[in-house]
Amino acid sequence: MNKQKHWYDYFWIWTIVYFVLGFFNILFAWLGMFDFMVPLLFAIFGGNKFFCNHMCGRSQLLTVIPQIPQQIHKSRVKKWKEKGGKGEMPRQRFSLCRNKPTPAWMPSKAFRYGFLIFFLTMFGNIVYQTWRVFGGATLRQSIKLFWTFRVPWGWAYTAGSAPDWAAQYAFGFYSLMLTSALIGLILMVLFKPRTWCSFCPMGTMTQLICRLRHRGESPESNG
Amino acid sequence: MAAKRYAEVDQYRCVSCGACTHDCPKEAISVWKGCYAVVDRSLCIGCGRCEKVCPAGSITIITITKGLINE
Repeated sequence: MNKQKHWYDYFWIWTIVYFVLGFFNILFAWLGMFDFMVPLLFAIFGGNKFFCNHMCGRSQLLTVIPQIPQQIHKSRVKKWKEKGGKGEMPRQRFSLCRNKPTPAWMPSKAFRYGFLIFFLTMFGNIVYQTWRVFGGATLRQSIKLFWTFRVPWGWAYTAGSAPDWAAQYAFGFYSLMLTSALIGLILMVLFKPRTWCSFCPMGTMTQLICRLRHRGESPESNG
Repeated sequence: MAAKRYAEVDQYRCVSCGACTHDCPKEAISVWKGCYAVVDRSLCIGCGRCEKVCPAGSITIITITKGLINE
């Protein structure tokens, strides 16, 4: 498909840059707030999911990664053809996505809203920990993956370079971003590239806002 | 007998992620106001690319024969 490319089609690069920056300095995790706020602003003020549909760096990354082995395969076939096409046509060596149907329970309303509530509760916990550190509790220089596994991340923070509460929030938020990215990548390999989107909390929240805003309307009634 | 294939969206299941809109070769499918995907049947050629890419499994290809729907 040779569709016209837009500047916002390259936000998948931003997703990679975000995680690299956070690896070296955790305070960059604060930049992830854009990914949190912008979709909501689009939904609340625009009544649309333009962010999900066109600007989400994460969904773009999940689409781009499985295309890498396909592109390698294409170039190998091209070379093979240029050499006269002798022998067997090269096969695709590896794939990064099984392209199997997403299990039906994942995009179900119950799971989507359940996961949204869970996600927001965990976000509330991050805010609570930040508030505790603001009140004098000790800063924990580590991230927590899958809300369970604590991983040391102390090298990414120099004590005193920011208020402790700001660093605590950054560690928490980076954990949330990295955990959801890892879930997305695992599901990309197992099912379809954008399986994560089927229950992404941001997607669920923005779709809910859009449906509430446009209740009673239909495409037929006003185009 | 004239029969034509179209993409049909289950609006209840659609998560309006927009994956289908990127893969459609005819720009026949779009996300309506962030609520769900809608298919423009005058443009849809029933190729099934959207069905393949949809992460929510909310798109099916249906065949319509003179007003009769055969899934």
